[in-house]
Amino acid sequence: MDQFTLNLIVVGATFALYIGIAIWARAGSTSEFYAAGRGVHPVMNGMATGADWMSAASFISMAGLIAFGGYDSSAYLMGWTGGYVLLAMLLAPYLRKFGKFTVPEFIGDRFYSPTARLVAVICLITASVTYVIGQMTGVGVAFSRFLEVSSSTGLFIGAAIVFAYAVLGGMKGITYTQVAQYVVLIIAYTIPAIFISLQLTGNPIPALGLFSDAKSTGEPLLSTLEGLVTDLGFKSYLTQSDTTLNMFLFTVSLMIGTAGLPHVIVRFFTVPKVADARSSAGWALVFIALLYLTAPAVAAMARLNLINTFYPNGVGGEAVSLTDIETHEELDWVRNWQTTGLLKFEDKNGDGLIQYVGDKEANELTVNNDIMVLANPEIANLPGWVIALVAAGGLAAALSTAAGLLLAISSAVSHDLIKGQINPGISEKSELLAARISMGVAIAVATYLGLNPPGFAAQTVALAFGLAAASIFPALMMGIFSKRINNKGAVAGMLAGLIVTLIYIFLHKGWFFIPETNSFTDSDPLLLSIKSTSFGSVGALINFVVAYVVSNATEDTPEEIQELVESIRIPKGAGVATGH
Amino acid sequence: MADKSSSNAYWAANIRLIKISLVVWFIVSFGFGILLRPMLAGIKIGGTDLGFWFAQQGSILVFLVLIFVYAARMNKLDREHGVEE
Repeated sequence: MDQFTLNLIVVGATFALYIGIAIWARAGSTSEFYAAGRGVHPVMNGMATGADWMSAASFISMAGLIAFGGYDSSAYLMGWTGGYVLLAMLLAPYLRKFGKFTVPEFIGDRFYSPTARLVAVICLITASVTYVIGQMTGVGVAFSRFLEVSSSTGLFIGAAIVFAYAVLGGMKGITYTQVAQYVVLIIAYTIPAIFISLQLTGNPIPALGLFSDAKSTGEPLLSTLEGLVTDLGFKSYLTQSDTTLNMFLFTVSLMIGTAGLPHVIVRFFTVPKVADARSSAGWALVFIALLYLTAPAVAAMARLNLINTFYPNGVGGEAVSLTDIETHEELDWVRNWQTTGLLKFEDKNGDGLIQYVGDKEANELTVNNDIMVLANPEIANLPGWVIALVAAGGLAAALSTAAGLLLAISSAVSHDLIKGQINPGISEKSELLAARISMGVAIAVATYLGLNPPGFAAQTVALAFGLAAASIFPALMMGIFSKRINNKGAVAGMLAGLIVTLIYIFLHKGWFFIPETNSFTDSDPLLLSIKSTSFGSVGALINFVVAYVVSNATEDTPEEIQELVESIRIPKGAGVATGH
Repeated sequence: MADKSSSNAYWAANIRLIKISLVVWFIVSFGFGILLRPMLAGIKIGGTDLGFWFAQQGSILVFLVLIFVYAARMNKLDREHGVEE
């Protein structure tokens, strides 16, 4: 059976599984649909949160960025896990006690202001749409490879499937579908990693294999890799090339962005008890850590395999020749990925060999970071079913997160904006229609911008985290930990954080992400060495300072708001979540 | 609602616990993983140094422990102050 058919069968089977579970669970109880997570064990809820959280950025893109960035890309690992500590301690239990369903609802009530709620909706939509662009990039990569089409065609097919999937609705609300998606995703990520770790180090646990000796040299895997990349003139894998300032701010931005993203926060609104909100964050991180501890191993091993494939005689010897690529079966993957346009090679010096080196002028091979995880099992010559499984896992990751985000966007538009502000008397049917239309618009915008994405999937997603960090997280945190921050302070803070961050991003990535409209680049940024992906932490600081100054210059918060803050701080008396 | 002084004491204890946890959170990630990495360079592990391990794996393991310890301590605190659900 050829790889293409195998891909279709495995991906099709996983889709059938999700739909099957959705139908089974829906028949079981209809109330589940409205209150995902209630009555579900915290461990199951943690798995479902893991699937919601780990997107194309974590699954498809992140290890590729580490493979080429080495130590510098560690910010992704620390940032996207460390945020859960903040979530468990600073937000989740109190938002659960508050007992409503959406983030703008909390901000509107705590800051006793429809304007604050409106600004929160704008912040939420800006961050979520940027996030969906990153997902679309990932979906495009996955579909282009497994349907063997160009990445643009893959993106259009992916967009159509995301649309059908999200609009089908109910699927998302059912926790068990997400549990299934988590299981598919984690198996698909781990199995090839175990194979490769065994091949390279003999250690069956990839996370430990990373720090073991490589079979080929008898030296530690990491120093073997470091030797190869430096010999070829690439930047070091182990030492820091980025500035400490940028790396620090980038990590801050990813961490507080994690705690500010609406589609993750809402999962904690519906757990049965306040105590469960704390432990659910822990269980979610357990299941996320299974992937995140493996990712750095996948990264280093993929890079090592890539170099060894192109230098079968060692980096001092002759590189792979054009004839080898045409004729050798184990190099089929090079031609397969060439079809997608995401891997390119060109024999610049006409010697018939493909030299993969650090010097940009002489380098003859370019590999898009986002293909590393998907191509990894092919590079290592693993069996066909493993390759198909990875495609299915990547799609599970991208689809579950995209659906969650689109739901957050559509509920912000239909529930918070239209029903809450513009037309409170709207019928349920029209509200649903508005929700669907806003989903469609969000997908169309994200697809258009995904054709020329502002970066690799994980980088685009990092921008979304920066926006959430600068706008939503400070407002939520101040709303809980300070009684003094009033309506004016919160609105001014959110707007200042969002606008300054957005302008900084647009100055570096192009206005509205349209290529060629940028005035600066991330390699030579406007402020010190702060890249646009790291600026969210500066935006958050601006948000905190502006909110504090404005609140102190204006009147105190009303008595009933101070009582509201008192009451969300203690678990006692938390009823079931209401408000829809 | 519990009486005012009791809930104030509960909140103060919670803040204290959060502060301690976040100091640990900061040290293992921003500290060992980034700022203090040069100081840990002498401690070798699997072809690299301890700072690299904290940046790529160690910090994540500590985060896990932190959340579960916090959740357990808070459950105890909830009961001690009579504010549990």
